[in-house]
Amino acid sequence: MAWFKKSETPAKIPPTKALWQVCPRCGSYIPKDEWKKNNAICLTCNYHGRLGARQRIAQLADDGSFAEVFREVSYSDHLDFHDASGSYKTKIDAVIAKSGEKESVVMGTAEMGGIPVMLGVMDFAFMGGSLGTGTGERIARACEQAIAENRPLVLCSASGGARMHEGILSLMQMAKTSAAVGRLKEAGLPYISVLTDPTTGGVSASFAMLGDLNITEPKALIGFAGRRVIENTIHQKLPPDFQSAEYLKTHGFIDKIVERKNLKPFIVKMLHYFGF
Amino acid sequence: MATKKTAVKMTAMDKVKLARDPKRPHLLDFLKYAASDFEELHGDRLVSDDRGLIAGFATIGTAKCLVLGHHKGATVEENLEANFGMANPDGYRKAMRLAKLAEKFHLPIVTFVDTPGAYPGDTAEARGQAEAIAKSLEFFSLLKTPVVVVVTGEGGSGGALAIAVGDRILMLENAVYSVISPEGCAGILWRDGAKAPEAAEALRITARDLKNLGVIDEIVPEPEGGAQKNHKAAALAVKKAVLAAIRELEKIPVDKLVSARYAKFRAMGNFY
Repeated sequence: MAWFKKSETPAKIPPTKALWQVCPRCGSYIPKDEWKKNNAICLTCNYHGRLGARQRIAQLADDGSFAEVFREVSYSDHLDFHDASGSYKTKIDAVIAKSGEKESVVMGTAEMGGIPVMLGVMDFAFMGGSLGTGTGERIARACEQAIAENRPLVLCSASGGARMHEGILSLMQMAKTSAAVGRLKEAGLPYISVLTDPTTGGVSASFAMLGDLNITEPKALIGFAGRRVIENTIHQKLPPDFQSAEYLKTHGFIDKIVERKNLKPFIVKMLHYFGF
Repeated sequence: MATKKTAVKMTAMDKVKLARDPKRPHLLDFLKYAASDFEELHGDRLVSDDRGLIAGFATIGTAKCLVLGHHKGATVEENLEANFGMANPDGYRKAMRLAKLAEKFHLPIVTFVDTPGAYPGDTAEARGQAEAIAKSLEFFSLLKTPVVVVVTGEGGSGGALAIAVGDRILMLENAVYSVISPEGCAGILWRDGAKAPEAAEALRITARDLKNLGVIDEIVPEPEGGAQKNHKAAALAVKKAVLAAIRELEKIPVDKLVSARYAKFRAMGNFY
């Protein structure tokens, strides 16, 4: 017996997380300040990474035009939900304290290129962007206010899906939000859905896929079921580009993949076509 | 109806097991006893005829209607063909196509929900499982004809909800309806799929829970010991409840019906 066991693979020296951003698509190590300077876009593969809700609002709304609404609408712990790591309430209260947000979508009135719109942006950093009752309520209210004030709706999604801590009522938010955007579209108003990385599960299977225009950014992950679930179902490895923005466009579910720097002008241009 | 004694003893996970019991009546078993006629119609006119979700015109008592629901299949061949009741996007699109036809001829729609979830396959993704479910939610919320939903077994997440937006939501006594399977939830939040019984309790997925949460309107009682013991009695209880719901909904002018359906789902999870 050997005195010591030689490791089979040489241990990688983990780069200091504080200094490097690892691109989840191509694995490149990018200095954090470079990553930030490049607006969370990978310098190697052009993956468009995640932005905070406030950051994206700043990039989409005309300067000083965003006025937040429905901030009083927050989560609900109607199930008094507890799991292995403790209570839902403790977990989400910590997220609220840290982020300053009270739900996974930030909603407000704004102007884009001088056009009054209803603008909503989901934040993946808030409980994985999950669709809770508060999220669904904010979105439904936004649709109703948009109808009342004749505003187009621009909604940027980033979510892992329904928030299981809120049980069946989180599932029902899929129906509620889909019904609400359905009414908005029936009222003759445009709904522009921006599916950002990642948009999956119950959010992709409700309001996010229902845009008059469904647009996305390069290399965003968009899909219904998780990759591992599908691989276990079909007993096959899936190709790397499966459920990418490009894959969805090829299969006909995305109107356009738009680079982040062109997102606002593209939306404004489309709204001009729609008569706004 | 189950006696109070047995009902008290059953845990949420017991109900999950009952809801999944292969001997439990499925769509065609219900129709065998509840409908005097069922004429199945096929295809989404786009890609295929999904077997995980079937649809057709049926006569239930005195009511002519469109029936659509998940199909698990009675034999192993049928199980495989139907992906054990996990519908493809083609299934949801077939449902919408025929529901539009029902609307055109003012026929009420009855949906039977019994699925582990929408099929999680690569071809299902390629053909837009997310889009099909999303579209279905929007579509049924705007449909101008009465829709009665019966959750008969497993109400598995988005794949169930896609055909469960209606004016009256009925649920069998031992059925379950959940945002995620107890195993899935336990795997994520407990990091241990074996904790499914804990997750099943925490998620509140039984008919009684859903009635208390305002998600369903009515619990349909099952025969002693569960629907699997007596298909006929279970089907007749469903028939009675469905017919009563249809008769009630038919009296409501269609515009009011659609507004009330919106208000019904709009109120779910509004705590503010």
